[in-house]
Amino acid sequence: MAFTVALAGNPNSGKTTLFNRLTGSTQRIGNWPGVTVDRKEGTIKSKTDITLIDLPGVYSLSPYTMEEVITRDYLVHEEPDAIINIVDASNIERNLYLTTQLLDIGIPVVVALNMMDVVNKRGDVIDIPALSEQLGCPVIEISAIKGFGIQSLVGTAHEAAHFGATPHFVEAVEGDVATAVHHDQVIAHHQYRETHFERTFTAPVEAAIDSIAQVIQGRMPIEHLRWYAIKVFERDERVEKSLHLNEAERAQVESLISAVETEYDDVSSSIVTGESYDFISTVVEQTVTKQQVGMSLSDKIDRVVTSRILGLPIFVAVMFLVYYVSVTTIGALVTDFTNDTFVGAWIQEPVAHWLGSIGVADWLQSLFVDGIIGGVGAVIGFLPQMIILFIFLALLEDCGYMARIAFLMDRIFRRFGMSGKSFIPLLIGTGCGVPGIMATRTIEQDRDRRMTILTTTFMPCGAKLPFIALIAGVAFGGAWWVAPSAYFMGIGSVIVTGIILKKTRLFSGDPAPFVMELPAYHPPILRNTFYSVWERSSAFVKKATTIILLTSIVIWFASSFGFDAGGFGMVDDLNQSIAAHIGNAFAWIFSPLGFGNWKAAISSVLGLAAKEEIVSVMGIFSSIGDGAIDMVDAGQMGALSPIMMLFGASAIPVAAAYAFLAFNLLCVPCFAAVGAMVGEMKSWKWSLFTIGYQCGWAWIVGMIIYNLWIWIALGTFGFWTVAALLCLAVILFLLFRPAPRDRVAKLAARTTAA
Amino acid sequence: MATMADMKVGETATVKRVHGDGALQRRIMDMGITKNVTVTLRKVAPLGDPLEITVRGYELSIRRGDAAVIEVI
Repeated sequence: MAFTVALAGNPNSGKTTLFNRLTGSTQRIGNWPGVTVDRKEGTIKSKTDITLIDLPGVYSLSPYTMEEVITRDYLVHEEPDAIINIVDASNIERNLYLTTQLLDIGIPVVVALNMMDVVNKRGDVIDIPALSEQLGCPVIEISAIKGFGIQSLVGTAHEAAHFGATPHFVEAVEGDVATAVHHDQVIAHHQYRETHFERTFTAPVEAAIDSIAQVIQGRMPIEHLRWYAIKVFERDERVEKSLHLNEAERAQVESLISAVETEYDDVSSSIVTGESYDFISTVVEQTVTKQQVGMSLSDKIDRVVTSRILGLPIFVAVMFLVYYVSVTTIGALVTDFTNDTFVGAWIQEPVAHWLGSIGVADWLQSLFVDGIIGGVGAVIGFLPQMIILFIFLALLEDCGYMARIAFLMDRIFRRFGMSGKSFIPLLIGTGCGVPGIMATRTIEQDRDRRMTILTTTFMPCGAKLPFIALIAGVAFGGAWWVAPSAYFMGIGSVIVTGIILKKTRLFSGDPAPFVMELPAYHPPILRNTFYSVWERSSAFVKKATTIILLTSIVIWFASSFGFDAGGFGMVDDLNQSIAAHIGNAFAWIFSPLGFGNWKAAISSVLGLAAKEEIVSVMGIFSSIGDGAIDMVDAGQMGALSPIMMLFGASAIPVAAAYAFLAFNLLCVPCFAAVGAMVGEMKSWKWSLFTIGYQCGWAWIVGMIIYNLWIWIALGTFGFWTVAALLCLAVILFLLFRPAPRDRVAKLAARTTAA
Repeated sequence: MATMADMKVGETATVKRVHGDGALQRRIMDMGITKNVTVTLRKVAPLGDPLEITVRGYELSIRRGDAAVIEVI
């Protein structure tokens, strides 16, 4: 018989470690329907008839976070045969709070009491039989890291799934165990719990819950009745709505709730939470003997690592190390190797040679070598660097420092609608936007993560440096301030975008406050690091490959095909390509930015393949030839000066060149980054919004720069000057207006005070 | 009304009541900050916010603004 067992527990309870240990290489990753949370499942290695579903880490079954809603909907609607509830024994009070809620659901629960090694080392003693007795479910001591107790846990979970409860509890239930069907067993188990175990809440609350149960029963499987009744008592809107109560029933329920609320002078949900914790405190008092000890090692580490004086310097040092290794040194080395040697010399050249030798048509050769291999190569090229970065992220997360980064940086980043953890993606983004975007995976809050993905590529990445250097060289004679101004513009765009969008409805939705556990430090577990790196890398390859491959082929086609004297076909001259025609059609869009000629326009478009291409394409267009990139590297700005002719038609060519710089810096990143972005947003709506916002923002900034520049320098005042001033005014208004939600909150506060 | 936001580093207090609207109150209470529980303010982040407190034997980070809804004595 095949069973489904759900694995539930708090974040940082060792759930991932246990899941990895139980399922190993059998795990599969998918998505929960309609949301962006990963859904992992696998087969238990030693009991292959059990499918284990890894539920998101949650502290409670409240309806306020996506993870909580997924967990409770899964448990109530998809009814797994049993729940393994992993509990961190070294943090038992808060962990048991979720346990009490899971027990109420009525599905057999097996508590896996994890980190018993830590507890034993501390000298604390937990009376397991007594704890099991008090909770009314089996409790198995384990250490997910060291691997003890795992077999016993699997065996007990199997029994629980098979018999609807473990024999110990089933024996006590009247009836024939052997012949009873599973569902009836669950009910029997549930009824047994109802009659034999101490109730969690005080008498008036229990009475109200029982009365509510009378009203709502029959609308759900009987074993879930108590959970539904408690949720109705808490005024849980999602549950209420799903029950379709009529007017009379609603009034009856309401009067039951408000009677208790009046008696306790508190709201019902607060009473339930408070009494659950009171119940747990009693249980813990009776079953756990704590040794009074001094500061733990973790406390000592934390005293230094997040201290007022050393906190920030240590943070800077850690970030420097991450950046230096994964971007500057090893990262750059392996990226160059994969791009130039591995993909270029070892794959592209031999394939081109071979295709040539067997007489494949030129265009097909070009499609394979430049389009497909080049496109896939672009993805593979990022991979080694990304793996290095992912190893760092996994280590930082696993050892507990990532939570401290959020703690240290929260004050700054929350103003921009981001998490303190957004620092890493933005920092990595100055090297390369692709791993920067992938690094947003460490951010739990959807809203914060989206904002970070949206803004990360505003930072000048390595591939944008050539055209920044080019503009600085040919337009400003190598002026020192051009490159720093690009960084300021990037950071400024992140900040302004963050503040503006944070106040819009798009980003102000979820009201969940920032209340974050700071888990104890512990040495990272290699197995977890491995799985985390594997998971993230393969997600990138899978999701990014399709879009990058497709767009590479499109770009390849547009720039190598066109109309020449012989009609439609492959063209050597970029001027005759389809891309040039498209550029021509869209050149007018860039007129307000001062570079409304198709050559500059198409440079920007072809820059989407890779931003350094902008320089090459501009070189080709200004008859410098193919080597423009190398000339930038060599600093031969004099030889590159013909490029300024591309801006020759505008009132002030230098201003147009700077607007061009601003536009290309802030506009949509290269397709590799767009691929990563689409993969991480996991939503076409959000991806399109991001692309649209980035294009719009880049255009507006370029337009403002160019028109104000020529207005101030030449006194040219026209339609676009007004437009620029208007845009600037709107941006300033959006920047400084009070947040709509704050206004509501303040109003509410005033009303309560009055 | 004294709140957690008014506590000094190293100070220990008892929670009297958690105010705030549904989601905020529930989230704070879900994390174990309930009536009569003992909380200690461990430290303030180097930039002045958020706070780090010890409650029920573990460390929790909470913003000053959110801590202001937690009434302590």
